[in-house]
Amino acid sequence: MPNMSLKRVEMPVQNGKVRSGNIDEVALGYTEEMAVEEANRCLDCKHKPCMQGCPVSIHIPDFIREVREKNFEKAYGILKSTSSLPAVCGRVCPQENQCEKYCVRAIKGESVGIGRLERFVADWARENLKEEMTKPVTNGHKVAIVGAGPSGLTCAGDLAKLGYEVTVFEALHVAGGVLVYGIPEFRLPKAIVQHEIDALGKMGVHIECDSVIGRSETVDELFDEGFEAVFIGSGAGLPNFMGLEGENLKGVFSANEYLTRFNLMKAYQEDSDTPIYKAHKCVVVGGGNVAMDAARSARRLGAEVTIVYRRSMEELPARHEEVEHAMEEGIEFKLLTNPVKVIGEEGWISGVECVEMELGEEDASGRRRPIVKEGSNFIIDCDCMIMAIGTSPNPLLRSTTKGLETNPKGCLLVDEKGMTTREGVFAGGDAVSGAATVIQAMGAGKKCAASIHEYIQNKL
Amino acid sequence: MVRIVEKKRLNPTVTQIVVEHERIAKKAKAGQFIILRVDEKGERIPLTIADTDPEKHTVTIIFQIVGATTKKLNELNENDYIHDFVGPLGKPSEIEGLKKVCVIGGGVGCAIAYPTAKALHQQGSDVTTIVGFRNKDLLILEDEFKQVSDRFYIMSDDGSVGEKGVVTNALERLLEKETFDCVIAIGPLVMMKFVSLMTKKYNVKTVVSMNPIMIDGTGMCGGCRLSVGGKTKFACVDGPDFDGHEVDFDEAISRNTSYREFEKHAYEKTCALLNKEVQ
Repeated sequence: MPNMSLKRVEMPVQNGKVRSGNIDEVALGYTEEMAVEEANRCLDCKHKPCMQGCPVSIHIPDFIREVREKNFEKAYGILKSTSSLPAVCGRVCPQENQCEKYCVRAIKGESVGIGRLERFVADWARENLKEEMTKPVTNGHKVAIVGAGPSGLTCAGDLAKLGYEVTVFEALHVAGGVLVYGIPEFRLPKAIVQHEIDALGKMGVHIECDSVIGRSETVDELFDEGFEAVFIGSGAGLPNFMGLEGENLKGVFSANEYLTRFNLMKAYQEDSDTPIYKAHKCVVVGGGNVAMDAARSARRLGAEVTIVYRRSMEELPARHEEVEHAMEEGIEFKLLTNPVKVIGEEGWISGVECVEMELGEEDASGRRRPIVKEGSNFIIDCDCMIMAIGTSPNPLLRSTTKGLETNPKGCLLVDEKGMTTREGVFAGGDAVSGAATVIQAMGAGKKCAASIHEYIQNKL
Repeated sequence: MVRIVEKKRLNPTVTQIVVEHERIAKKAKAGQFIILRVDEKGERIPLTIADTDPEKHTVTIIFQIVGATTKKLNELNENDYIHDFVGPLGKPSEIEGLKKVCVIGGGVGCAIAYPTAKALHQQGSDVTTIVGFRNKDLLILEDEFKQVSDRFYIMSDDGSVGEKGVVTNALERLLEKETFDCVIAIGPLVMMKFVSLMTKKYNVKTVVSMNPIMIDGTGMCGGCRLSVGGKTKFACVDGPDFDGHEVDFDEAISRNTSYREFEKHAYEKTCALLNKEVQ
């Protein structure tokens, strides 16, 4: 008899007051008993509606069935057959807009905690299984991947399984992309990311860090070296600024800079050589996950934090769970507010002038357009401001590779197979879509791996 | 990891290191830089490529010991390894078509001015070089500059080498009687600012090599942003070379002091640590 509770089994978390003083993971994960109990809420629908919400098409009811039977190893095998990074996705996917959105149980009550179960299985495997990854027999074909973020790693993993000799070129000194420089330790422990990347290494994927394609080597040079296809998964890492007066004052950072110092360079640790600005009063501009991550990081370094967002709570693009966690940690939300000017004193930021907003008609994206309330200007005193208003694709690759066409926003144009306007060059993830989610990038990497396989086989 | 094949002390605070890196040695052009990380806990710092030898696969960097990381870097010896070494980064200097150029180097900035002067010389430009130092003991690359310069002037603050005065004294004398296609100035921000102010008066195109705080060096964070002609630019991808008449130097000077306290503290800590190891 399935578990007919309308509510999902609760996930234990670190206490809000305690955790804002450490960088340990906030959500603690299910125990075996909790996982089995939650797995019992799955009705094992024949038409599997949940699967249509998963960009990498995980066989969701199948792996949940194995959890129910306590065949955790089997469950892990099912996850791994379609997803290269289950421990990551179980943690950071916005499941409420993906798999869980289509769950039959969500019609009345809460959906099955698919993400939580995925996370449980991946964590269980990491702790209990000695993965005997064997390198598949090589087929003698070489493929180059640009960027070791979620799309590149997924593409690399799928191609390696098919026998390709894959080299991933990564600009930073560690692989993982946004998983290592963007998403903080308290949401995604780096040891877990590293474990999943190591598994790719065991499958024969070669990762070359400190390689900035476009500068260290061009895409053309990769073809000269014998790579038969190139996948560009370089992401959307170029931070947007608002162009405000005073935005270049000291104490004003892009979220990318602040988070790179915090996560990649581990500036929160005493023995790290990389400095980070420890603010007393910090304003974070934006309402996405990046804004939440930046705010919660600044909080952990001791700041009082205010999130300034131009729309209302309903339109906040961040995951619901992250917003809730931010609130529990004492972060203040100043909604329907937009900065218009950064005020400084002796080169340092001393405040942000803001205006109040109201919501007007719906715009093309279906969201109500924020309109300035004239004369509502007011000042928030602060000594730090973090801009988390989105990112764009980095122009480096398109400016150094002939024949790569982009849309006006700088996103690479691709056909339905994921091939760019250059033959043999494929692209996916944020480099194509602009800033989106980890799992969408993985889906694109997966699709391109299949296309690259088809492309190379057809050439023979 | 890259191996150090040669280490040479150029003056009491400036060290030259030659490392093995085939790809960068073949690819680098004048004006480009690398980012390095000394060890596992290290920060990423930018340093300009001072020279390359494509045949020997070597890359030369020259650095001044100013803080914790350069102090640690200076502790490494031949056959030691640098943990990360990324490059070449930034846009190469645009020197094509320049017939008559004045290259100005200030202090350790001379290490960056040298490859530019060399590249200009190799393409057949007429190269006038002015270098400035605080005193005789800090003079570097004298012979190297002489080999690639048609005219070479040394200025020192105390007159202990060359002429007493600053680089703009020598520059002004030249500008009074002749003109250049371009003045290229590389050194402390204050020096580049005053060179730019002077050349503006004489209406001579001026290129400066900016040295803001960097983290990734690939355009993903904007830590290195500058105001150039009223617009925000990222020095690591849009530069490091910019039109000296367009750069907001005062803002750049201010931004470079963002972490002064932290830097001081880190330097003292590193020195204390190194001293302890010696004892």
